[in-house]
Amino acid sequence: MYEHDVIVVGAGGAGLRAAIAAHEEGADVALVTKLHPVRSHTGAAEGGINAAIRDGDSWEDHAYDTMKGSDYLGDAPAIETLCQDSPKETIQLEHWGMAFSREEDGSVSQRPFGGLSFPRTTYAGAETGHHLLHTMYEQVVKRGIQVYDEWYVSRLAVTNHDDPTERDCHGVIAYDIKSGEVQGFTAKNGVILATGGLGQVFDHTTNAVANTGDGAAMAYRAGVPLEDMEFIQFHPTTLPSTGVLISEGVRGEGGILYNSEGERFMFEHGYANNEGELASRDVVARAELTEVNNGRGVNDEYVHLDMRHLGEERITDRLENILHLAEDFEGVNALEEPMPVKPGQHYAMGGVETDENGETCISGLYAAGECACVSVHGANRLGGNALPELIVFGARAGRHAAGKDLGEPEITTGKTEDSELGQVDTPVEPGAVGTPEDAVADGGTAVTEPSQTVETALEAERARVENLIEKDEGVQQAELRAKLQKSMTQNVNVFRNEDGLKQALRDIRDVREEFENVYVNDPSRTFNTDLIHTIEMRNLIDLAEAITLGALARDEFRGAHWRQEHQERRDENWLKHTLLSWNNGTPELWFKPSILEGAEKKYEPKIRSY
Amino acid sequence: MSTQVPEKAESETESETEPERTETPGDRRRAEKRARQQESTEVQETTETEEESIHLKVFRYDPEIEGKMEPRFDDFHVPFTKGMTVLDALMLARDRFDTTLTFRHSCRQAICGSDALFINGTQRLGCKTQISDLEEPVRVEPLPHAEVVKDLVVDMEHFYDQMHAVEPYFQTNEAPSDELQEQHQTRENREKVKMSTRCIWCGACMSSCNIAAGDNEYLGPAALNKAFRFAMDEREGEDMREHRFKILDQEHGVWRCQTQFSCTNVCPKDIPLTEHIQELKRSAVKNNLKFW
Ligand SMILES: Cc1cc2nc3c(=O)[nH]c(=O)nc-3n(C[C@H](O)[C@H](O)[C@H](O)COP(=O)(O)OP(=O)(O)OC[C@H]3O[C@@H](n4cnc5c(N)ncnc54)[C@H](O)[C@@H]3O)c2cc1C
Ligand code: SF4
Ligand code: FES
Repeated sequence: MYEHDVIVVGAGGAGLRAAIAAHEEGADVALVTKLHPVRSHTGAAEGGINAAIRDGDSWEDHAYDTMKGSDYLGDAPAIETLCQDSPKETIQLEHWGMAFSREEDGSVSQRPFGGLSFPRTTYAGAETGHHLLHTMYEQVVKRGIQVYDEWYVSRLAVTNHDDPTERDCHGVIAYDIKSGEVQGFTAKNGVILATGGLGQVFDHTTNAVANTGDGAAMAYRAGVPLEDMEFIQFHPTTLPSTGVLISEGVRGEGGILYNSEGERFMFEHGYANNEGELASRDVVARAELTEVNNGRGVNDEYVHLDMRHLGEERITDRLENILHLAEDFEGVNALEEPMPVKPGQHYAMGGVETDENGETCISGLYAAGECACVSVHGANRLGGNALPELIVFGARAGRHAAGKDLGEPEITTGKTEDSELGQVDTPVEPGAVGTPEDAVADGGTAVTEPSQTVETALEAERARVENLIEKDEGVQQAELRAKLQKSMTQNVNVFRNEDGLKQALRDIRDVREEFENVYVNDPSRTFNTDLIHTIEMRNLIDLAEAITLGALARDEFRGAHWRQEHQERRDENWLKHTLLSWNNGTPELWFKPSILEGAEKKYEPKIRSY
Repeated sequence: MSTQVPEKAESETESETEPERTETPGDRRRAEKRARQQESTEVQETTETEEESIHLKVFRYDPEIEGKMEPRFDDFHVPFTKGMTVLDALMLARDRFDTTLTFRHSCRQAICGSDALFINGTQRLGCKTQISDLEEPVRVEPLPHAEVVKDLVVDMEHFYDQMHAVEPYFQTNEAPSDELQEQHQTRENREKVKMSTRCIWCGACMSSCNIAAGDNEYLGPAALNKAFRFAMDEREGEDMREHRFKILDQEHGVWRCQTQFSCTNVCPKDIPLTEHIQELKRSAVKNNLKFW
């Protein structure tokens, strides 16, 4: 059994920032992470960090752009916090030595990005995330913060009061991947989930193989609502063969999209007459697919992104990494030919419901980064707004968990008087299949005594791992994962309709039932990746279902969420967040209003045109 | 077509014929599971050879599992598709034929540094290596000069220790006290350290270095490159530079490098490691002249 004041699960940008902040508040903090910190997917981020740090720019403008980009589904208190804190957090990275690209005068460079009214995306070549991740890991090393790397967190230790808002989180259960040893970690002050994205729900994604949404799924089963899960961002420029991302920086620097007829379709077919290629991501992704569906795609699959005209010097200075990616993963020399691109799953706008301090409705349980939804991205995230989210809300969660008073949050969590119950017509029963292990909150049996919570969860987890390894026949996770990913990509993609969504729910149900018979083929305790992937698979099922339920419920067109039968944004009904609660195995749908009221002004919904 | 090397088959038979030697029912079931799994592997592999397939020879070892304690190579024949990387082929081999096949991987795009492997006799990232560039059979082994944990997974602790030994973090007395004021850096200076900042901690260089193989205390190319990154950063200041050279200018520091270029040759991020180490040596000499 290990004990610390604050336990941070995950060591990507959000986790590292949270750990540093908690440490600065004097807490004894530990990072528990399934990948060594420098292997986290934050390292793959390319384009940059939005921060209003220049004359002529202001955090208010950044907030306005973000609210518009979110299609008025972001919450103003969260967005304003993001935009106010981002400049000092970004400069903080600079003070920690981050190798930002520089202007002639030695100040950090900024570039234009989609949906921004000012070129406020601060960057380090086309490998901003790599530098951000390494810079923060360096600071963790400098401070001697304890890192348990290659430890897989598989369960939260949460008390089991009937009402989730009365539950407390006392720690986590994790196992040492190298030895297979399952251990309890007690957190005296709090647990911060920073487990990142869930791209593995889909089969064409920019996300790493490790991005299986573990934290969000664990929090969901422990009783924390998942918010706005239907909003999945599909990035318009991913390489068709692998899903590897071609940064929006390419379009920011002036890259042009062409269809198979050589037309600059963003303008010529009227998708975004003002902004063209730099319209918001959802707009460009739909435009590309419409071109392909209308027979103007290249090889019926993708379109071309051309940056040759930018010239070799500019490309190698600012986008060198892109040349390597195009060469290594598509065999294209982007100095001489256009790159093939198509939309791919990229980012989960939804996640664990939190307030501005990163806290969930379970006391002592926090979430930050891509696994969380404090609601800064609403229905559509602007490029360059995720990295600031990691550092701003990572830091806040760390400080708050370490005991610092950050004031009363304006965002509420858990059900309140404002919440409204919802109904959605599903073709099959969603939720747990029926075994008790499957249905209860992750805390396990009814325990309210703090000291016992971790013990009880530990026993339950040891039994689960033992069972999975001992079981000697059934179905293997790889088969189920492929089935789930395929159905999600077919049915819950950029374009959605009712029949497809219902089909997805049926497929998810099948996979869930088959998962009852899952077994781990590898009998070894040493570095058992088969076991890891099997536990992850369960998380993918719960998240895929939450995404699809949300998408079926929301019968309107907002941001990244496009419904064939509902081609209009319906503000009178839908200026509200969808929430799903696991409720001991039965997903329950409910809503809460989005907050358009900022500190000084109200953001009035306008038609979003680019 | 061969499927498994004999060692495995032998140990399998052993545990099947002498079940009473196994301690718990769980152990027995695991042994049976292994046997069954091997059968299914054989069947599937035979059907696969009909398509255009690629032949992998993969190193296997597990300290816990009777049939795998003795290191061996397993053969896999996986269907080939254009653009396939070694990592793709390994994932396919694992997901279709043998889910116990173990290796690290995550980003699939040469940025997380977790799948550095010894492929056809050279350190490379699996995800960045096209199968079509390789001769068959493609031999995949764990990184040499590191302890094997299981199959293709090696213990990275020593690598991390060496990285940590050079104080791999920015240290300056000159950071502005105003939290919004930038600490300017010239373009030239950023350009100078740029390549060194690309390291993804994959460990390929360390594994390829003969000197590191013979001297466990040698800091090695990755750590020295990390030191270069900070020592050459003009924002750190003179005091710090002196401190950094104290670390580098030791018996197991820069002087151990014999400019064999093996690290530079394998680095997947094209970092001119040998050049950086040479420059550190030159600066160390200059520093010594200055401070003596
Ligand atoms: C290719 C790509 C490019 C991007 N470019 C940009 C950009 O230019 N600008 C921008 O703002 N945003 C960008 N984004 C989005 C942004 O990078 C991500 O949202 C962000 O990095 C996520 O960070 P994180 O800290 O939440 O998670 P991650 O960095 O993914 O870290 C997750 C951590 O959790 C750990 N973990 C997960 N599960 C467990 C478990 N069960 N137990 C223990 N540990 C666990 C992992 O080991 C890892 O350390 C990009 C995203 C992608 C995929
Ligand atoms: S210097 Fe190159 S080879 Fe060595 S660890 Fe870094 S990226 Fe890998
Ligand atoms: S999988 Fe990340 S470097 Fe190859």
